[in-house]
Amino acid sequence: MADVLVCVKRVPDFSGEVLLSDDAQSADARYVGHTLSNHDLCAVETAVQLAAATGGSATVLTVGSADAVEQLRTALGVGCAAAVLVEADPVTLGPADVAREVAAVVADHEASRGASYDLVLLGNDAADSGDFQVGIRLARLLDRPVVTGVQTVTLDGDRATLVSDVAEGRETYRVPTPAVVTVLEGGVEPRYPTITGRMKAKKIPVEERALSAEPVGSGRVRLRVPAPQSSTSTLLGEGPEAAPAVVDLLQQLGVAR
Amino acid sequence: MATVPSTANVVVIGAGIVGNSLVHHLTRLGWKDVVQLDKGALPNPGGSTGHASNFIFPVDHSREITDLTMDSVRQYQEMGVFTQSGGFEVARTEERMEELRRRMSSAKAWGIDSELVTPAQVVEKVPFLDPDQIIGAFWTPTVGVVDSLRAGTIMREQALATGELTVVAGAEVEDLVVEDGEHGRRIRSVVTDQGTIEASYVVIAAGVWSPKLGDMAGVRIALTPAVHQMISVGPCPQLAETDGEISFPIIRDMDTFCYERQHGADMEVGSYAHRPILHEPEEIPSIEQARLSPTEMPFTEDDFDQQLEEALELMPELLGAEGAEIRYAINGLLSLTADGNPILGESEVKGLWVSAAVWIKEGPGVGRAVAEWMTHGHSEIDLHHSDIARFHPHETTREHVRARTSEAFNKTYGIVHPGEQWGSDREVRYSPMADSQKALGAVFHETVGWERPFWYDSNADLLETYGDRVMPREHEWDSRWWSPIINAEHLAMREHAGVVDLTAFSIFDITGPGALASVQRTCVAQCDVAVGKVVYTPVLDAKGGFLSDLTVMRLGEDRFRVVTGGAHGMADRKHFTDRLVDGAELADVTEEVSTIGIWGPKAREVLASLSSDDLSDGGFGFLTSREIDVKGVDAPVLASRISYVGDLGWELYVPFSAAASLWDALLTAGREHGVRPVGIGVYGTTGRLEKGYRAFGAELDAERTIVETGMQRPKVKAADFLGREAYLAQREAAPAAVLCTLTVDDHTSASGVKRYMLGGEPILTTDGQLLTDGHGHHSYVTSAGSAPSLGKHVLLAFLPPEEATIGNRLAVSYMEELYPVTVGSVDATPLLDPDNERLR
Ligand SMILES: Cc1cc2nc3c(=O)[nH]c(=O)nc-3n(C[C@H](O)[C@H](O)[C@H](O)COP(=O)(O)OP(=O)(O)OC[C@H]3O[C@@H](n4cnc5c(N)ncnc54)[C@H](O)[C@@H]3O)c2cc1C
Repeated sequence: MADVLVCVKRVPDFSGEVLLSDDAQSADARYVGHTLSNHDLCAVETAVQLAAATGGSATVLTVGSADAVEQLRTALGVGCAAAVLVEADPVTLGPADVAREVAAVVADHEASRGASYDLVLLGNDAADSGDFQVGIRLARLLDRPVVTGVQTVTLDGDRATLVSDVAEGRETYRVPTPAVVTVLEGGVEPRYPTITGRMKAKKIPVEERALSAEPVGSGRVRLRVPAPQSSTSTLLGEGPEAAPAVVDLLQQLGVAR
Repeated sequence: MATVPSTANVVVIGAGIVGNSLVHHLTRLGWKDVVQLDKGALPNPGGSTGHASNFIFPVDHSREITDLTMDSVRQYQEMGVFTQSGGFEVARTEERMEELRRRMSSAKAWGIDSELVTPAQVVEKVPFLDPDQIIGAFWTPTVGVVDSLRAGTIMREQALATGELTVVAGAEVEDLVVEDGEHGRRIRSVVTDQGTIEASYVVIAAGVWSPKLGDMAGVRIALTPAVHQMISVGPCPQLAETDGEISFPIIRDMDTFCYERQHGADMEVGSYAHRPILHEPEEIPSIEQARLSPTEMPFTEDDFDQQLEEALELMPELLGAEGAEIRYAINGLLSLTADGNPILGESEVKGLWVSAAVWIKEGPGVGRAVAEWMTHGHSEIDLHHSDIARFHPHETTREHVRARTSEAFNKTYGIVHPGEQWGSDREVRYSPMADSQKALGAVFHETVGWERPFWYDSNADLLETYGDRVMPREHEWDSRWWSPIINAEHLAMREHAGVVDLTAFSIFDITGPGALASVQRTCVAQCDVAVGKVVYTPVLDAKGGFLSDLTVMRLGEDRFRVVTGGAHGMADRKHFTDRLVDGAELADVTEEVSTIGIWGPKAREVLASLSSDDLSDGGFGFLTSREIDVKGVDAPVLASRISYVGDLGWELYVPFSAAASLWDALLTAGREHGVRPVGIGVYGTTGRLEKGYRAFGAELDAERTIVETGMQRPKVKAADFLGREAYLAQREAAPAAVLCTLTVDDHTSASGVKRYMLGGEPILTTDGQLLTDGHGHHSYVTSAGSAPSLGKHVLLAFLPPEEATIGNRLAVSYMEELYPVTVGSVDATPLLDPDNERLR
């Protein structure tokens, strides 16, 4: 029976062009709306699968604005059973603040439940600020092992097996639980909510909390949108004559055999 | 790929369903050198067409929309992209069932096969629908889905095959250049990010972006981008087993304002139930900025939660199935207009045309009709409800459009009464006597912004005077937006006289040496008459269909005044403006001249008591006009002796500043004669129907002729006018339909409640068979209302010539029950006072 806490962040949906707010402190989601990044969605999926496989439960947490309840509901809609919002203006927060707040919730919850979360999952990095730090800082605060960039997680008693496929091959870690894991997209296929799931999610109360300490901030001066990467396109040919080249390419990509 | 050429005959902006239909029909009709531009890539450039649910329910209460839809379906079928699925509109409430009965009227009138069915019959075809949620349904077998992107490609390719079309994708229009000419502004060129095209004609078919393009040319296109939410749920095991895109009928869950439409293994659920979410055209993201496409905005989940619940209620097993997930969810953008109709036709900039606010279901039909209009000056299907010229200035403001579309959005599947009044953006235009009217308890209805008294509560005492002769209506629907006081005012007018505020008239003065020629070439009737004469005349298009009917006064050798209804005033202004010859000018004096009518047996006596002018029949003949003085009125009053209600009297034209004093003078002088203020309920309905007077937009439209409406005069003037040739030919042929006046013989419904038709109902044989006229159209009620002096409910309808015989007994179908009717007149002969003695 595994109890998993999964931490997510409300971010703009960056499948469109990235725009910045006027003060260049955050990204502008006017046209694209907000979402959970693919890493976060995979973390939620992993949490939900682990909970289901072991008869445990998944709790979702976010540190962010009141609007981030929308993202909590997304996670609730696909199977998380409880949700926590630590309300704060995300622009004022740095990775140390977020790690501290998560650690505070973990400490509180574990004290009142008398048991620890077997796993705390996070997305590998935030799609907007990209600090890559929260997981590691959190592990240090909780004094737990941490593995980053993990794609699949299996639990066996009080040991977790963490696997990720990297360019050089496959990395496998075995760590004792409780542990902290940051999840990289690609290992699991996040599900969409069902109608009944969504309706259930609507009825679950969200635990609302205030910050436990004054934020120290990120020290960020400003964000900058990198120059668009120049992409080159190769014309494979025209008409039926192009077919063999297309077949070759598809085979190269592993799409066709 | 083609590049932007430097010249073109016509440039079509947009490659959605509308632009693609247009280029096809323009080249088919012989247009040369056509260029089509879209900022996006083909075949799906990112407009609304790319993510439509693509289904078509043919029945609409509007004949125009239904005809455009039927024509579109025919075209989609010819292209092989139409799949018939059938469709149900289901009712959860008794009120909705009654609306579905009314929908049956429209189906029959427009000739579409539909029937009312039980929940069990719905479940036979849609086994995953919970029958306990509904009490009945409206079934239309010819409902179907189309592939609108494929249709667009086919039409574009057909156009390309003529060799007359150049398509440039990825070219964004950045400006429209307009030049000032002697006869107004004219389009000159289209500026794109890839070069400028000089063009004689430009068509804006740019969907939700159209207002932005219109603004470039100083033309207001009164639509707003609005969100329509849609989700796709799947895979649903019940659907996964079926072949192709759709095997189950589409469901419109009318009472929750939602639909469920199968799309392969998924069920699409769309909604018109959420709060209105409007956007500004300038704020639509670019293709680069957008996440999916510019018209697929981020889904706002909270707005859809209620709909999820209701959809699940209706289809629990399907939408709640294991593994069925919400795989796609968008806030899709589509175009809404204040009155719900498209925006079509030539703008006030010559050569600049608009074809916007069109749905997939009307796309190809609109493409054909607008192409015909551009080619011939008219289209086969009457488009006057969609004419861009219909808008009065205040109706083109963003504020008006936002207010009205916000109000209308949740009525997309609503039950909308034919007399329904708007709640938003009211009190825009009041006549100068509004204070007096308010004091008299006027109940105001709106016409193009004007607040017009429909009846006066202060006349309620007349209900007692006239008793049952006011023909009270027991049923709430029949009496909604109506009052028996209208009929009481009518009887008082016939007995004494009534004073009517007609300020909403649109009035134009045409002056200059070219004035006579301008008026002559526009109007059917002889306008080269003595100064002071008043002429009632149709205005026709080249095929001999009605563009309008109105009155023209010759005020001087080179001076004419055109008076027409407010509702069609702006379109009429365009008809005249377009036909001005050199040396003629048109001035719109609508906001300067108020009109007050006084009619009834006491009208002469009352007016004479206020004026020293000779108002006798000999001194002031019928159909003449002249300035008179009126005691207590500080301005000359132009009096015109005509009547739209069939009683002796005058229309009095007076400057706004003096209108209230004239109004007061008439009411005060009339008091001792029993004269009452009388509302538009009398003027527009009861008075005219007793006299069989035709109304534009009801009996008269571009698909009707002078001969069919029984309005031909013995002679046709020698001077040329638009439609003359067609009219002469019509006079030689037997009419395909005949406009008749009918009376209802018995109003008693099966439940014993007396019912009163409101218009739009099919006329059938006594055993319920459809009547079909020579056009292949079915007979339906064009106008309905009380004729209190006759004690009858009167209906006007075009009948097949063989049915148009006095005394012929037929039936009218109202809410799916038959009521006997009798033909009372087969031409313009009035039922009341056929010899027009009351007018003397
Ligand atoms: C979710 C959803 C479901 C729908 N379902 C249905 C349905 O089931 N049945 C139905 O009948 N209707 C449906 N509709 C409505 C339908 O999608 C639209 O009414 C229709 O597609 C409008 O077609 P259009 O050609 O006018 O506009 P569009 O398809 O939007 O085409 C306009 C084109 O103009 C181009 N353009 C704009 N500005 C410029 C510029 N400056 N320069 C160059 N090009 C420009 C755009 O790129 C675009 O391609 C639905 C709409 C939505 C949102």
